[in-house]
Amino acid sequence: MNVAKRTFDAVIVGAGGAGLRAALQLSEAGLKTAVLTKVFPTRSHTVAAQGGVAASLGNTTEDNWHWHMYDTVKGSDWLGDQDSIEFMVKKANEVVVELEHYGMPFDRTDNGKIYQRPFGGHSMNYGQAPVMRSCAAADRTGHAMLHALYQRNVRANTQFFVEWNALDLIRNSAGDVLGVTAIEMETGEVSIFHAKATIFATGGAGRIFYSSTNAFINTGDGLGMAARAGIPLEDMEFWQFHPTGVAGAGVLITEGVRGEGGILRNSSGERFMERYAPNLKDLASRDVVSRSMVTEINEGRGCGADKDHVLLDITHLSPETIMKRLPGIREISIQFAGVDPIKAPIPVVPTAHYQMGGIPTNYKGQVIAPKDGNPNTPVVGFYAAGECACASVHGANRLGTNSLLDLLVFGKSAGESVVEDFKSGNLTLKPLPDDAADASLARIARLESQKSGTDVHEVRLTMQRTMQKHAGVFRFKDLLSEGVTRILEVAEQSLHTEIADKSKVWNTARTEALELDNLIEVAKATMVSAEARKESRGAHVRDDAPDTAEHPNGRDDQNWLKHTLWYRDGNRLDYKPVNLKPLSDDVEPIALAKRTY
Amino acid sequence: MTKRTVQFKIYRYDPDKDEKPYLQDISVELEQSDKKLLDALVRLKAKDDTLSFRRSCREGVCGSDAMNINGKNGLACLTDVDSLPQPIVLRPLPGLPVIRDLIVDMTQFFKQYHSIKPYLVNNDPPPERERLQTPDDREELNGLYECILCACCSTSCPSFWWNPDKFVGPAGLLAAYRFIADTRDQATNERLDNLEDPYRLFRCHTIMNCVDVCPKGLNPTRAIGKIKDAMVRRAV
Repeated sequence: MNVAKRTFDAVIVGAGGAGLRAALQLSEAGLKTAVLTKVFPTRSHTVAAQGGVAASLGNTTEDNWHWHMYDTVKGSDWLGDQDSIEFMVKKANEVVVELEHYGMPFDRTDNGKIYQRPFGGHSMNYGQAPVMRSCAAADRTGHAMLHALYQRNVRANTQFFVEWNALDLIRNSAGDVLGVTAIEMETGEVSIFHAKATIFATGGAGRIFYSSTNAFINTGDGLGMAARAGIPLEDMEFWQFHPTGVAGAGVLITEGVRGEGGILRNSSGERFMERYAPNLKDLASRDVVSRSMVTEINEGRGCGADKDHVLLDITHLSPETIMKRLPGIREISIQFAGVDPIKAPIPVVPTAHYQMGGIPTNYKGQVIAPKDGNPNTPVVGFYAAGECACASVHGANRLGTNSLLDLLVFGKSAGESVVEDFKSGNLTLKPLPDDAADASLARIARLESQKSGTDVHEVRLTMQRTMQKHAGVFRFKDLLSEGVTRILEVAEQSLHTEIADKSKVWNTARTEALELDNLIEVAKATMVSAEARKESRGAHVRDDAPDTAEHPNGRDDQNWLKHTLWYRDGNRLDYKPVNLKPLSDDVEPIALAKRTY
Repeated sequence: MTKRTVQFKIYRYDPDKDEKPYLQDISVELEQSDKKLLDALVRLKAKDDTLSFRRSCREGVCGSDAMNINGKNGLACLTDVDSLPQPIVLRPLPGLPVIRDLIVDMTQFFKQYHSIKPYLVNNDPPPERERLQTPDDREELNGLYECILCACCSTSCPSFWWNPDKFVGPAGLLAAYRFIADTRDQATNERLDNLEDPYRLFRCHTIMNCVDVCPKGLNPTRAIGKIKDAMVRRAV
């Protein structure tokens, strides 16, 4: 079949924070770039980030990148690569100041600088006390950031392909990446985007869970495409459950609420975090707070008729502070919890939020995979940044505000790497294989002709309930092994999805079926990797790896201080070492220690 | 709320098979947890996967699911389904070409947004640190920067319906004033020149539909008034 072909220097898939930041780098360098995005750029999920972006500007309290690095490594439970982490925290001030220059409407301190607030796990002087590191635009930081980045791209004349869904990654027999296939929503036509460089900035896949803060569009498209093309996925067992999703609705309530002084309370009104994290209390790391909340609920101290949530209390803050610093949260709380937080506490429950793992990359944003004995060999022509990538800066648990920082730093660095590789002549337009579009066309054709198949909605729901039950905040040996069997059954069902809609025009049923193909890869990677990791670390805590003297917090560095690599082919697992060595001599490695807050 | 059945009349049109649009009568049983109109639409789509609409964040910040709900523009994800008289009549946003069902072609809307140069212009060499701005100056941007580009306002504006190619419309003008009001922006004069035209700005007749429908509680009419004030100030 004849498929239209378009040729570019670079193609970027995704126009959230990471994709837009990378696009800016390429457009300003004059590369012929196509940005494919399945939604209009400002509708990408970066828009929903609330509390802030981390940078040690020190505008209100003393701060420096050394402290930020320590907090991030500790937050990652030492699974983060220290070269990438050093790179990120050192670049933080630069990328945040750039954003301000692009016009981002940050809140201001009295002396006119960027306003900063405290956030979970961020501390001064290596864990001593909370630090004000989160640069914020009220509680709409992601919205302000995404719009500022889009606006800057308008200025740079970036070429967008809006409402185009990427389908599959194109590789040649040497494994080099040559672009993607994509389908245009409005016409249903499939095209090949042939490019010297391909950057994935496709975001997360929080929709593998039943209860998630994530948007409908967060379906792990980049991860699915990478996995189908033989690229491994790294550390997929590590999922962040955000402590404060609105009970029942799942909508996010920013940690910035606790940064501004909010307190979590159980059914007797107790500030229970004092028992679990005497030092940072409500501002302990997210995995710690989420587990504490679930423990309170499991032990009968939950709130409400079903004792199934706890309360986030800001009634002691002045209405002026709430209206000025947390106006969006007040709207969300009234809309989705039916509660005005000025008058009454918000019912909250830990909710799936962020994927720490992803497509393996180095700090330059180059995608890396094992080859000829080197676990970190760059895949020629392939780059990734943001939540879809694993640099790995978040390791086993991400700190709040480090995700917006991640997408700025690594979006920029992936863009810079492409420009550099382009200028040095390392990137060339390699011939397309004859079958470049065949896999995608076969997927579309199957959906056209499938009879007596399974229902997309039902299969997705089964997957989401399976993930929620078998790979939640606390994990259990038996549930994990049963979960692997279950999720493989669901994966089998997903091969036979059937849709009633056969229209070429804006066929959202087809989109949802194709997205399910991607979600299911992420779900399998998560369950299989989680079942195999026989320790507790960061967000992955299991009943058969408890806190002991030999293994504090259940962590087993001797056997498990390593990254997981999951391959789709045969559900195979491989492992590679964590990089404990920083990038430069400016800092000593952060030595392994027990994590307490 | 317990389980209940909700009646809809939904605008349907698939150019691949329908000669012309029609209103479809359809009902759906809602679960206790279904609170918003979007929850009901997602449940409808599970029954009939051909029903097409945009949606993403489901919390009112991405601006995808704007539609005309019982005659008034709004976001499905922020509308309480039980507050709506039945049958709930859903139509695509008025004034823009319909692509399919509740999905409109927003090209003209974004063209107008892009026409006001929606980015900060400051030609001084960027300083090493942030440009300073007082909290009061920053406060001038409140009520402006929060726009989610859902198009509820512009597609409820009769002036935009008649002249979508010439009148910038409330969303674009709100964005224009967002940059005029920013103390860091140096292009106020060019921005005013760009709008000084019988259509681009002055087709606003303060009908105020935009204010009435904005799901974020913003006030484009006030911003438009401030642009007009700035033009007057500049003229004297």
